[in-house]
Amino acid sequence: MSFGFFNYWVFIILLMIGLYTVMSRNNFVKKMIGLSLFQISVFLFYISMGKISGGTAPIVISGSLDTAEPIYSNPLPHVLILTAIVVGIATTALGLSLVVRIKESFGTIEEDDILEMEDGA
Amino acid sequence: MISLSSQFPILVALAPLMAAPFCALFRGNTLPWAMTTIISAFSFYVSLSLLFSVVASGPISYELGGWAPPWGIEYVVDPLSGFMLVLISGISTGVLLFARDSITKEVPAHQLGLFFAAYLLSLTGMLGICITGDAFNIFVFLEIMSLSSYALIAMGERTDRRALTAAFQYLIIGTVGATFYLTGVGLIYMMTGTLNIADIASRFPEIEGTRPILAGVGFIIVGICIKLALFPMHVWLPNSYTYAPNIITAFFAGTATKVSVYLLIRFIFTVFGPNYSFAGLGLTDVLMPLAILGFLSMSAVAIFQTNLKRLLAYSSVAQLGYMVLGIALASEAGLTASVVHIFNHAVVKTGLFLSVGCMFYVVGSTYLKDLQGVGRRMPLTTFGFALGGLGLIGVPLTPGFISKWYLVVAVLEKGSYFGYALVAALMVSSLLAVIYIWRVVEVAYFRPPPEGTETQEAPLSLLIPTWIFILGSFYFGIETSFNVGFAKTIASFLMGGA
Amino acid sequence: MFALETHVILALIIPLLGAVGIAIASAAPNIRETVTLVTSVLLCLNVFSILPGVMNGVEPVVVLVQLMPEIGLTLKVEPLGMTFAAVASSLWIINSIYSIGYMRGNNEPRQTGFYVCFAIAIAATMGVAFSANLLTLFVFYEVLTLSTYPLVTHKKNAEALKGGRIYLGILIGTSIGLFLPAIIWTWTLAGTVDFVKGGILDGHASAGVTGVLLFLFMYGIGKAALMPIHRWLPAAMVAPTPVSALLHAVAVVKAGVFAVLKVVIYIFGIDFLSQTGASEWLTWVAAYTLIAASVVALTKDNLKARLAYSTISQLAYVVLGASMATSMAVAGGALQIVMHAFGKITLFFCAGAIYTAVHKTEISDMRGLGRQMPLTFIAFLIGALSIIGLPPLGGSWSKFYLMLGAAEADEIYLMIVLLVSSLLNIAYLLPIVARGFFYPPLGQSDEPTPVGYEKSDFSWRNIQEAPLFCVLPPVLTAITCVILFFLADPIMRLIEPILTP
Repeated sequence: MSFGFFNYWVFIILLMIGLYTVMSRNNFVKKMIGLSLFQISVFLFYISMGKISGGTAPIVISGSLDTAEPIYSNPLPHVLILTAIVVGIATTALGLSLVVRIKESFGTIEEDDILEMEDGA
Repeated sequence: MISLSSQFPILVALAPLMAAPFCALFRGNTLPWAMTTIISAFSFYVSLSLLFSVVASGPISYELGGWAPPWGIEYVVDPLSGFMLVLISGISTGVLLFARDSITKEVPAHQLGLFFAAYLLSLTGMLGICITGDAFNIFVFLEIMSLSSYALIAMGERTDRRALTAAFQYLIIGTVGATFYLTGVGLIYMMTGTLNIADIASRFPEIEGTRPILAGVGFIIVGICIKLALFPMHVWLPNSYTYAPNIITAFFAGTATKVSVYLLIRFIFTVFGPNYSFAGLGLTDVLMPLAILGFLSMSAVAIFQTNLKRLLAYSSVAQLGYMVLGIALASEAGLTASVVHIFNHAVVKTGLFLSVGCMFYVVGSTYLKDLQGVGRRMPLTTFGFALGGLGLIGVPLTPGFISKWYLVVAVLEKGSYFGYALVAALMVSSLLAVIYIWRVVEVAYFRPPPEGTETQEAPLSLLIPTWIFILGSFYFGIETSFNVGFAKTIASFLMGGA
Repeated sequence: MFALETHVILALIIPLLGAVGIAIASAAPNIRETVTLVTSVLLCLNVFSILPGVMNGVEPVVVLVQLMPEIGLTLKVEPLGMTFAAVASSLWIINSIYSIGYMRGNNEPRQTGFYVCFAIAIAATMGVAFSANLLTLFVFYEVLTLSTYPLVTHKKNAEALKGGRIYLGILIGTSIGLFLPAIIWTWTLAGTVDFVKGGILDGHASAGVTGVLLFLFMYGIGKAALMPIHRWLPAAMVAPTPVSALLHAVAVVKAGVFAVLKVVIYIFGIDFLSQTGASEWLTWVAAYTLIAASVVALTKDNLKARLAYSTISQLAYVVLGASMATSMAVAGGALQIVMHAFGKITLFFCAGAIYTAVHKTEISDMRGLGRQMPLTFIAFLIGALSIIGLPPLGGSWSKFYLMLGAAEADEIYLMIVLLVSSLLNIAYLLPIVARGFFYPPLGQSDEPTPVGYEKSDFSWRNIQEAPLFCVLPPVLTAITCVILFFLADPIMRLIEPILTP
């Protein structure tokens, strides 16, 4: 039974791995990797929720009168998550560009070193 | 022929969104700024007319693209969202008047087009959050606002390179918050099958006991509280406010966190309903201790700051504690106090940050040690700051007093010894505010200015907007029919809808 | 001239307009001072034009602005406020004359700011006097605190900074920390904060709550300088003397005790308070303050510090009167506001005149000064005697009524306290005069004269008074102290209505 929630387990595990990486890593790029993982886990969650067992792609099949109305998967979460993916890409791009600027400005992307420099400043 | 005013709900957010790409193409000091200001003023005008029509004829519903809700996205203007729209676009317009001369000192000319484009997007996000009636749409606008604000904060790097790390830190924490929110919305969608806020609210009672809902509500509340910088999830805020360009700090101080408070109110009162939120979930027990700890500890921390902007930023976190406290009281009086304080604090804090912007313009620093004797160098600016500071303390005739009055009345209404202790805590926090404001006043007036400096006021283009906010704050502290009147309407509207 | 209500509003507007005028005339000192004087005279005339109406029992009400939907900033003239406003506005004229002499005589910097803040402080005092509810009282009370802060820290040196911190810390701290919660609590209990004859709390608050509320009010009104929150008053003495004279002997401190009286009479109600007995502790705190401040005054060598502690002690008389909650005692308290004002301002004027003439602040340095400044010292003597309470001076009446009140309340101990206090007053005030007249100046000694050959120490050649503008005011107020002795009857008739419910 619990195996039936496989996708959700994966979602939770990925979410936690992502969050842990964000919090525990010192390197800004690794933090960004963690953040991406964190966001992607939610995409997985939305996609899983839209799937209905035995459901097919939500395209109206015309002309087949002999078969019963097919079961469709819910398309809405999938569409939503397209938006969220775009947002995720934007976040990653912005985050990485900030990391580049930090590297240019501070000469390092290790949080500890930067904190040390900031305190000295 | 569709009349223009029937399209107002979409125009309020669409105008800045459409203007942003054009703005990015403009070059020079004046053109991007002028366009942004005009667009913002237009949004302000539209917001005002929306608010008046809500007052006259009740909430407005607008179907985006003609798709009827719950399939299409619905935009809703009720008293609360109308009030927030007016507040946000008004503050934005006022700050923009100030922006032209202030920002050229901090951002190079060739980036100004992009800067104002990001500003417009940020404004779009805030207005969108308030007007939309769709939970997922809120996420989209939240991210539009956040992404552009990360960029805006990072633009402070010319003054201090720490703006970059501040923006990065905010990006990480902000994204975590937004993703939490997204997860929560997903869980609620799973259970209700709708994203329309009114629909969710109507189906909510049937499923409110289930576990996915519990998890979803948890995710949403935590996500919003991160965005709101509720203690102890506030760490991103002082850094961001300190290193962002001055007009951005002023703009965000008045609006960004207030939008999150709006979201909190919206979800607790409209979506979940006060019964479930407080009686069922016991949110009071979660929010109230955090709020109290927040305003006490952050007011204390503010006393020890050496940078004026950081001092005010900590004070903002403390003041957010008051607003959350009002919500956590779970009464109409508490909600009134909270909404009044959203408005009052926005006006006062923006005025304060603008006067700090004036000081930065002349002195080139916001560290207290560099601001010694600024009262003699810049008498008008410093006097404005002192008056704004009185508003923060809550001296009578300032809006801070009105907020405090309603908050204490709401607390005393609860009675009990805990209520009395809470009043004492509020008073202690106000006294801490006296200390941190007076530290600045003493530095400004009692220390001699550095050798060789002369009286040099900020240019009128900076002084006038600053004083508009300072005098405006006194206006709203004396003639309170607008802020208090609307807060009461909103509170009874939200509680009555339960 | 106008309707009574217009005059009430004018009492606020005249000093504020004066402040604007002073600021505009900043560049021309003579015009600036003329504006101050004209404003003060106009204000005084205006206030006294309200007096006949109030004597006839009219109580004009004006709503300034509806601050919140439930409560507005409202002015109402009632006898007690009328008395206070009359005292403050008439003393402002004399004090303005004195300010001009003092500020010019000592070449003080930043005089424009000084006069502007002074005018605003007076406007706030009028607001306090005419307030119709607790909220209005609180608003003007805070304006008064904030507008006097720049005056206290006028010198802008380290000492002024420190004094200013104590001043603001205690006054703002108590008012926001205790006074404001008390007001809001009253609001939630009674549903109103209006000043109503007979009180508003009767039937809304239990004896315990009344006690706590009374505590919050009495210590929240820090300006009444009840021990142990009296420290701000000596700290405020770093201000220039005209400020100490008008504000810290009259306007500010009297605003404090006036607020105490108003709260006791119109919020608690005398009858309600004496029924519950909630004010008994206050009587003893006031009695303690009375004696202790006098004892401290004895130890102070700095003249202004001694006068400050004397003020603390004299303010306690008013609180004592209020706390005894009998009509005679309250009448005594109200009279004390008037009588002490004239007496104490005389003493401060003299202290300032001495400082202006010879730059001396310590009492031990003032030996023999009476021979040099006879007018000043005679005025000082009259003021001192009035404060001690000897007839035929105004101060005797307030002491008399307080004694009657104590007798009415059957408080023998309090009568003893009052007696001891009067003796202490003699002990710390009269030596100053005695040193001035009977001791030789510092560094000199009188030749021994055989009995029967004494000659006067006075000679016209020795006279070296302060400038006329510094000497005239104390002489005028000293004369008023005498006149007030004969005016006690009309004043009592004015305030009588508030004593009989």
